[in-house]
Amino acid sequence: MIDRKKALELLAARITDEIVVSTYSTATDWLSIIDRPLNYFSSGAMGLASSHGLGLALARPERRIIVLDGDGSLLMNLPTLVTIGRVAPRNFTHLVFCNGTYEANGGHSIPNPSVDFEGHARAAQIKKTFTVNDLDAFKDRIDYFLHEEGPVFGSIKVEQGILGPRSYKDMYKGERRAALRSALGV
Amino acid sequence: MSEAASDTVEKLRGATVINEIKKSGIKHILSVPDLHTSKGLLHPISVDPDFTHIRVCKEDECLGIAAGLTYGNLRSLILIQYTGFLYAMNAIRGVAIEQKLPVCMMIGLLGKEPGVPPNESRRFGLRIIEPILDVLGIPHTCIETDADTPRISAAIEEAWRTSRPTAILIGGRPEA
Repeated sequence: MIDRKKALELLAARITDEIVVSTYSTATDWLSIIDRPLNYFSSGAMGLASSHGLGLALARPERRIIVLDGDGSLLMNLPTLVTIGRVAPRNFTHLVFCNGTYEANGGHSIPNPSVDFEGHARAAQIKKTFTVNDLDAFKDRIDYFLHEEGPVFGSIKVEQGILGPRSYKDMYKGERRAALRSALGV
Repeated sequence: MSEAASDTVEKLRGATVINEIKKSGIKHILSVPDLHTSKGLLHPISVDPDFTHIRVCKEDECLGIAAGLTYGNLRSLILIQYTGFLYAMNAIRGVAIEQKLPVCMMIGLLGKEPGVPPNESRRFGLRIIEPILDVLGIPHTCIETDADTPRISAAIEEAWRTSRPTAILIGGRPEA
């Protein structure tokens, strides 16, 4: 099992001009590691991070879109995999950090922690998929999922992070969305 | 009134609606099928090369996709049934309204009686649509006939001018 924050630190060291879409616990970890205008925080409705990312991928074909999703979040929008598999954006990477719990909501188990997300993605016709269980394997995949023609889907098996209230106030403020628009020249 | 004149006044043609959508600069159509708009709008849109048509599985997906598209200044239209609007309420609240995004929804009122205002329909699900939009603070207009269609592009332009969502209710059934 992987320490999510260590995995995100490895990713943060490698990204350049990608738009990174994140949500809930993964988002708070990501923001604590790297604060940049090209961060997009999925807010407003749980589960939609990959849908936001799909829209961004279509809007900004010159940029790589990296979605940092959670397993509880993805379960709230599982059909997104079918939509992404059909649209098949070439600049799209969807990483799901799987700890088997709703970490942001008290650490309760997801309905079935043994669910095979990579299998779901493949069944949805997303052909480039992987699952990693340790940090070295994640590190070895970074170059692949940053540059391989998409869509790419990765299931990242992580330990449960720190439970407890996390603040999203700073993350969701309008100034961050304005900074992203400015960075993109919109 | 002659029969020809009556046709002109009372019909809602899908082609007229589609022309208004194009006039508004909409390129992306995000849809879940609705029998009310299926023949007159969705089928022709799905084969129209001027549009990029994205079929989604659930209506709330549309809100995320539409939000992402705004980061390229790309205008999209969410084409759904009123039941899907009700289903996607939290995403409409959290993404379109609270983030002040120009999300444009075209909502088919399946089963509405011709010429009857939505809030006077016999169907409970239809009667509540406009009051819900009012509570949400989302501007809305109802399109019954071709004569109403100029309000489509006007609503979309206003949504983008003010960066606020809008709802275009399709009351009449668009003819192919």
